Amino acid sequence: MSYEPKLVAFLCNWCSYTGADLAGTSRTKYSESVRIVRVMCSGRIDPTFVLKAFREGADGVLISGCHPGDCHYHEGNYKALRRYHLLTPYLVQMGIEPERIRLEWVSASEGNRFAQIVDEMTATLRTMGPSKVQATMANYA
Amino acid sequence: MNDSTKNVATPPPVPKKKLQMAVYWGAACGGCCVSVLDVHEALFLVLEHADLVFWPIALDTKYKDVEAMPDKSIDLTLFNGAIRNSENEHIAKLLRQKSKVLVAYGSCAHMGGIPGLANFSTKEKLFQRVYKDTESTVNPDNIRPQTSYTVPEGELTLPVFYNDVKPLDKVVDVDYYIPGCPPQTERLVDVFKLIVTGATLPPAGSVVGVFDKGQCDCCKRTKSDNKKIKKFYRPWQIQDDGETCLLEQGIICMGPATRGGCGARCIDANMPCRGCYGPPPDVADPGAKMMSAIGTMIDSDDPMEIQEIVKGVVDPGGTFYRFSLPSALLRRTVQ
Repeated sequence: MSYEPKLVAFLCNWCSYTGADLAGTSRTKYSESVRIVRVMCSGRIDPTFVLKAFREGADGVLISGCHPGDCHYHEGNYKALRRYHLLTPYLVQMGIEPERIRLEWVSASEGNRFAQIVDEMTATLRTMGPSKVQATMANYA
Repeated sequence: MNDSTKNVATPPPVPKKKLQMAVYWGAACGGCCVSVLDVHEALFLVLEHADLVFWPIALDTKYKDVEAMPDKSIDLTLFNGAIRNSENEHIAKLLRQKSKVLVAYGSCAHMGGIPGLANFSTKEKLFQRVYKDTESTVNPDNIRPQTSYTVPEGELTLPVFYNDVKPLDKVVDVDYYIPGCPPQTERLVDVFKLIVTGATLPPAGSVVGVFDKGQCDCCKRTKSDNKKIKKFYRPWQIQDDGETCLLEQGIICMGPATRGGCGARCIDANMPCRGCYGPPPDVADPGAKMMSAIGTMIDSDDPMEIQEIVKGVVDPGGTFYRFSLPSALLRRTVQ
């Protein structure tokens, strides 16, 4: 059986989720590997969510929010940006490749951009192969 | 004698049978056992109400003596230390069988503790370092410890060294957790008093001897609402003013993601909290919560500058999960 990556995407309600919705209503084709979780703001995305996603078997995690300066709550996306840069070195230290986590700004009008990011990331994950996190954590030795 | 000990001295009728108590160490440094000794003169009150039937640091009770005890004959067992090898696991299971109440005592039994940091490595890498690479090792034949070896007199055995360090509740059911590295002795005395006075015990699985409030809520230092960090410092890199919140000075302090109850001895000594008391209630992963809290404090909106500031966090895993790695969502490095 060929390997299909599982990509978990946390999208903010106001920009990125609406952007993904636009991709859908515009009938833009993009990879079905993505599992979208809508949150009110990218600033709501706790590092726990990302770790939980990897722990439960995600091969990659996409965090997406409004472009800088456009946050519905003024600075939630900056908080996401800072957390992302703090979390990534930790993931690398734990043996998770940095390519498996990505932060992108997608506005409500950028349906095509959303589709393109998902396709790109899926292609990257496909060449990388499955994440070993779930298997490592499940088995004690 | 202070007021707190008077209460213990006069409980209504002295119980006919003394409390049977055991203290055991798994993968531990011995500090937890010493924290039990730190009850000082209250030890006499403890001994008035309890018989210590098994305590390797102080008594010469053998494992076979414990095996000979009837099931559930020990009223209270304080198990400190993580599960590192098959001996730790065997005794944990034995004590679970023999004890009415089993307490994970201290950070190692609670969350994995300092020995749990070995989960950043593997058994193979550790053995390679210890039995081959260390500067003082001469081992040309690459001899490694065997778990069993036959000599003319019979078979010699050693416990199996595991690849993964585990907290106590990964191998047996645990009734209560008393966190800390080591737990504050006053909290232990409080818990002990509850048991001997026959007070209603909290529901099984509770973390006891702690506050529900976080460390920051108990902290005496001056705090502002808007914390901003332009550069992270390690404690030796900066002159602490002795009053302002350590985080606001750029020193990583685990206060925001740690439970209160320890008596803030580190803060009183002008050192940052390292997180030994574990996460507040309902927090799954203390390190992730800490990253969440600290991330928002970074004082920059520019990705390049943020990356530069974050470089100041040397060893993020070891800093944010110093005592909790084996119980974290990512409990070891990916293999």
